[in-house]
Amino acid sequence: MSDIVESLQPRFEGLEPRPSADHPSVQCPVKFLLPLIECLRDEFDYSMLMDVTAVDWDKESPRFSTVYHLFSIANCRYIRVVTNCEDDENPSVPSISALFPAADWHERETFDMFGIRFEGHPDLRRILMWDEYPYHPLRKEFPLAGIETELPDAEVAEETDAKMLAAPMMGGPFVSKGGEPMSKSEPRAADESWTEWKKKPSLEKE
Amino acid sequence: MAETKEISIGDVGARANTYQDELQGEDMAINVGPSHPTTHGVLRLLMHLDGDVITKCDPILGYLHRGDEKIAENMTYNQFVPYTDRLDYIAPLANNVTYALAVEKLAGLEVPPRCAAIRVLVTEMARLSSHLLGIGVYGMDAGAWTPFMYTFTEREKLYSLFEELTGARFTTSYTRIGGVSRDVPDGWLKKVTDFCDQFLPILEETQKLLTRNRIFMDRTEGIGVITKKDALAYGITGPNLRAAGVDLDLRKDRPYLGYEQYDFDVPIGTTGDCYDRYLVRLEEMRQSVRIIRQVIKSFPDGAWYAEDAKKIFAPRKGKVMTSMEELIQNFMIVTEGPRMPAGEVYFEAENPKGILGFFLVSKGGGVPYRMKIRAPSFCNLSILSKIVPGHYLSDITVLLGSLDFVMGECDR
Repeated sequence: MSDIVESLQPRFEGLEPRPSADHPSVQCPVKFLLPLIECLRDEFDYSMLMDVTAVDWDKESPRFSTVYHLFSIANCRYIRVVTNCEDDENPSVPSISALFPAADWHERETFDMFGIRFEGHPDLRRILMWDEYPYHPLRKEFPLAGIETELPDAEVAEETDAKMLAAPMMGGPFVSKGGEPMSKSEPRAADESWTEWKKKPSLEKE
Repeated sequence: MAETKEISIGDVGARANTYQDELQGEDMAINVGPSHPTTHGVLRLLMHLDGDVITKCDPILGYLHRGDEKIAENMTYNQFVPYTDRLDYIAPLANNVTYALAVEKLAGLEVPPRCAAIRVLVTEMARLSSHLLGIGVYGMDAGAWTPFMYTFTEREKLYSLFEELTGARFTTSYTRIGGVSRDVPDGWLKKVTDFCDQFLPILEETQKLLTRNRIFMDRTEGIGVITKKDALAYGITGPNLRAAGVDLDLRKDRPYLGYEQYDFDVPIGTTGDCYDRYLVRLEEMRQSVRIIRQVIKSFPDGAWYAEDAKKIFAPRKGKVMTSMEELIQNFMIVTEGPRMPAGEVYFEAENPKGILGFFLVSKGGGVPYRMKIRAPSFCNLSILSKIVPGHYLSDITVLLGSLDFVMGECDR
């Protein structure tokens, strides 16, 4: 356990070191998130917020964790802060965008992709998908191919009858049709003059 | 049908007086993009203008969103390498290397010195290629066509070198987890040295067209100033951060790939305006050439992939066809992916556009449980709504050009 985690522990009750393959990492109770990030910024010189993201643990509870990476330019080191969202159905955590303006877009993206609400965010809108999009694509139950939806501009969609279609998955990694030979479910070469069902053409006349 | 109003034209001064209430202080919203040459891709800026002055700017992204992170959760680590080409597609080799380093960090794998040297070499060449385009189109945005022609010619030469090394000019997919896809071809290093020799004079010539160009200076000096404080608060990285006067270059500060053995300087700006960002990129190219020369001078012999990582790096083709054990290995790596331990890692490297980071959550096996890509262009653009208001509409072109972003990476 690194000394930074040790020096933080007495000040924030319930702060636990988190297993990590590289940087110091702490698991923070959600009520201490703002004070902890502020303390790291002001007292431990973590002057840059590099990244905010979330992980969907699928069937586990708590289901969503948000992950923050802070970087200290003075000491050239990182720290990872992880906090669990309280509600699995309507997850929410406090927003840190008042402490780091950089969090603004990162939190919008996390909201867009996971549906985690950041309480106190000044402008929590979708950022990568359009505003009316109904799903949160990085949740584990969302299929890779996507789900058929209406396009954002209703009048254009009506005129053109256009829709967002689910992507064809055939030929993708880990995808094969059950019960059929592999070569049938894979992308084929244009030239099928001989296959496993058709005999190889030979020069000899039959 | 828009409502029109007729104004009798008399004395101009009197006219302005009479219609003052109606003509002034009127808010106009305009869109720049998503398909506009200035926005270098598919960025859309929704701006509110008061006359010619921008009062509010709201960047709208997502036009190039392909769900790379979702895709990554559904394929093996090696299969994702070609997708990294399509993040910052101006410098695909640098992305390949950063991604491979992130996964190797998860695996706890060290690549041999020759492999590290190859990776440094291609990263710096990618940096040259990215900054050449950055400066070329930046000049073009400010109205100077000629520098673009110079820089693009040099990029073509770099592409030919990439083609000889990787087999592709643009989407290189060069790295593998634990190595690279092939060793450098015979005589290739000599060609890179020759390229550097002829490149520096041309770079001098190009910068003579811009650096003291009156028009270019008038349009860029004092425009789009990013202060040190703002740059840090918004998580700006790369040349844009250094132009603001912050000395942060991960190649120096947290060396990876043995960058500590190479001697190079990190250029720092003073005012953080558009002109400084140009100067920083220009100097970084000279430094990249310095690094390339040093790498070639001390190019190590030995293996160019991690030989002992048998469950991660696929065996050579020749052996797969002749030996049973290698055949099985190859089969396992191709079908199930490289064998990775469970854990969480976050790795960042200094890419041409800024700091590219990968956050990997693994539950073991060959497929990541979660991968987050920290894209430098995404963070660099987040400052737009802060710095754009107060500028003239015509400044937008140089401002966007100076930030040198790529939407492929921003939208992922």
